[in-house]
Amino acid sequence: MKDLSAWAAIGLIVLASTTGDVLLSYSMKRVGDVSELWKRRGILALIAHILTTPTFLLGLMAMGVAFYSLLFGLSWGNLSLVVPASSSLTFVANAIAARIFLHERVGRRRWIAALLVAGGVVLMAV
Amino acid sequence: MTFRKYLVLAGITAFSTAGDSLLARGMKELGGVSLHNYSDLLLPVLNPFVAAGILLLLAFFSCYLAALSWADLTYVLPATSLGYVLVALIAHFSFHEEISSTRWLGIALIAAGVSFVAAGPSVTPDRSHRKSRGLAPDTASQEVKS
Repeated sequence: MKDLSAWAAIGLIVLASTTGDVLLSYSMKRVGDVSELWKRRGILALIAHILTTPTFLLGLMAMGVAFYSLLFGLSWGNLSLVVPASSSLTFVANAIAARIFLHERVGRRRWIAALLVAGGVVLMAV
Repeated sequence: MTFRKYLVLAGITAFSTAGDSLLARGMKELGGVSLHNYSDLLLPVLNPFVAAGILLLLAFFSCYLAALSWADLTYVLPATSLGYVLVALIAHFSFHEEISSTRWLGIALIAAGVSFVAAGPSVTPDRSHRKSRGLAPDTASQEVKS
């Protein structure tokens, strides 16, 4: 039962943080290189610019859901299972989502890495 | 540029590892949290370990956003997963959570996958058209300024 709760939390973390990661990445690409903006317009203008990007706020909300799922997951399962399993599954889900929604070119190198990490996750869950 | 790149990636790894470990320590102190009690949703934040963990995760988040502003999501994310290997090591040596040999092999595979991506390019060529679109509002405001 405890394991089931831990895996339910892991599933929720993966779904929420993939949504969040894609939205945040999309927003930051639109904002542009932060160090350039920092130099040119100052840190306050940079923070204001990021915080007024609607997709950033949506991504933040999705990350909030993922964060609370992580809190509960950690109280139900082992640190060395919940954190690596959810985060690595998120990595694989993100590779697919980044290709579809962000049009990133996920080459052979990145797919092999995705498979290696996915294999690692399966072994860690055994 | 390269030094800054690795500095930000190192920050991501260090802050997320330390943050997650402090969160775990705090949540273990609190014991099982029940979904039926709504005050349980806010109570964890009052624990000093959870609070410190959240602060470190905020530092991680800043580094993460900075990295995302100049690199692909599929590049930044694997680079961050180096932290999971560190988390497992900390879980083993500080919290004495048992790690089986198959789990050690899993850790090795994750580490291998991460190094594979980190060694490659951080931005794929496909990004160029999105970059020009993304920077358009800034160049516009810069012109207004000058």
